Amino acid sequence: MKGLKIIVLAKQVPDTRNVGKDAMKADGTVNRGALPAIFNPEDLNALELALRVKDKVPGTTITILTMGPGRAAEIIREGLYRGADGGILLTDRAFAGSDTLATSYALAQAIREMGHFDLIVAGRQAIDGDTAQVGPQVAEKLHLPQVTYVEEVLKIEKSTITVRRRLDNGVETVQSPLPMLVTVNSSAPECRSRNVKMLMKYKHARTITEKQEATEDYTHLCDSRPFLLIREMTVNDIKAEAEQLGLTGSPTKVKKIDNVVLQAKDAKKLSGADEGINELMRELIESHVIG
Amino acid sequence: MSEVSLELLTKGRSLANQLSCLLEAVVVGSGLKGIEKQIIPYGCDVLHVADDPRLEPYTTMPHSAILIKLFNEEKPQIALMGATPIGRDLGPRVSSALHSGLTADCTSLEIGDHEDKKAGQVYKDLLYQIRPAFGGNIIATIINPDCRPQMATVREGVMKKEKVSASYPGKVNQLDVSKYVSDLDFVVRIIERHTEKKKINIKGASIIVSGGYGVGSKENFKLLYDLAAVLGAEVGASRAAVDAGYAEHDRQIGQTGITVRPKLYIACGISGQVQHRAGMEESSQIISINSDIDAPINSIADYVITGDISEIVPKMIKYYKQNTK
Repeated sequence: MKGLKIIVLAKQVPDTRNVGKDAMKADGTVNRGALPAIFNPEDLNALELALRVKDKVPGTTITILTMGPGRAAEIIREGLYRGADGGILLTDRAFAGSDTLATSYALAQAIREMGHFDLIVAGRQAIDGDTAQVGPQVAEKLHLPQVTYVEEVLKIEKSTITVRRRLDNGVETVQSPLPMLVTVNSSAPECRSRNVKMLMKYKHARTITEKQEATEDYTHLCDSRPFLLIREMTVNDIKAEAEQLGLTGSPTKVKKIDNVVLQAKDAKKLSGADEGINELMRELIESHVIG
Repeated sequence: MSEVSLELLTKGRSLANQLSCLLEAVVVGSGLKGIEKQIIPYGCDVLHVADDPRLEPYTTMPHSAILIKLFNEEKPQIALMGATPIGRDLGPRVSSALHSGLTADCTSLEIGDHEDKKAGQVYKDLLYQIRPAFGGNIIATIINPDCRPQMATVREGVMKKEKVSASYPGKVNQLDVSKYVSDLDFVVRIIERHTEKKKINIKGASIIVSGGYGVGSKENFKLLYDLAAVLGAEVGASRAAVDAGYAEHDRQIGQTGITVRPKLYIACGISGQVQHRAGMEESSQIISINSDIDAPINSIADYVITGDISEIVPKMIKYYKQNTK
């Protein structure tokens, strides 16, 4: 069987899972700047799923597509170290303020520019929003079948793919024609670690902007090794309608943000009587820790 | 009918009353004869039924094709779905096709106005879609000023369900399914499905209810599962509780088990040996429930409750149920 062309959709996110006391500001709100930027965890599961297809079907290539600011090139490098073959950073101020719909529109337009592909793999959801919408919306915009909550590719043939998806109360085996899009669950196998050879090969991989801004001169290196250039796409590369992008292209608007205030203080001692429990639960519900 | 659908009917009814409009519902599946008896009593004015053997089990494309066409015909101002695996598969597909905007996992839905000061425009009676974001560290209120329907998904158990009347006068509208789907919508096939117990996912849980040797028995440990179920939490355990056979090994938290940093850690009957604390002390908030006021864990807790698990946990469940719906 001929190798497949796979696109992995990935996102760089603030690590919201680890908001410890050290990441709290004095007023009890989260200091977002203190959170490390990471490869969205389920996008790593997605990458692993793609890598396993590549293991099975020689000649398969994996391209990571990410939309974000310039520093999001970090996750493309991370993907290259783990076995991806290339990456594209979709970056432009025009994308700022995008909701899931505007994001999926921009991604879908970029994918149209990327030429032939067989399979798109995305993480189920990103931990900064937990919406699980971008995958299905990209599929809809490209008129592709989708299968969400996927854990494993069971079989891949010339024009069909068979996958296992995990739901709340069980599993389903699903067959779909190619090309199509899957979103991958955290219950799927964890991503393999960096490969030392790939790390050596790609450690100087840079986007054109990074190259220009670098103090070191990469020109010579990139000219002799074209695989070190990470492609950047901007709004001009994707034939997009301006009114569908960014804040303008986003039907949903944020009206208001309330910070959840987590108080760091001495232990509050409560009795096991009704009043004590009720006071505790009321405080937890009011501060949105539960509920 | 899934619980969340009935809960959304009740929420939908109250929103419809506020907006003085109809509450309509859509049911898509197979063998749906008589289904209206389960739905209309919740205050549903019109029930659209798409009944066809090909529509069960659920696959994305035929179900979304039906909703997209129906929404284009009926032009609802609000559309609510359960934040179940199906709702989270279907909702974004429909919202993308309609360019309508969807807010996932809302914890509260309200009606309110919005003033766009820049454009000098006032929007009346929008749906405020309120949800936690950023890993639960912020609460966002989202609106869709211009696009319709205003779509939202809500998790099961967040809203309360309540029948309006067994004899509520709702109508049924049988859809001609062949006008809504094409054969091309059926290219994805479910080959096999079987039920399987959910995998334990303690590391990813934002709330953990954890038990120690002090819980006292396997029966008492069940109370922790009850509390976890209402809070949407996972159940963890100390090594002593695992060794005593109260909980599975997969749930062990501590140096030799899993390390967790949830938003809220509720330690029940856990003394707090150093080995256990190493696995949980970076939790954002810690509640310790223990009959021993001097339990070491109390020194790192934000709340300390002194008393008996079997009395305190049911009180927590009761208060939560009464005050969150």
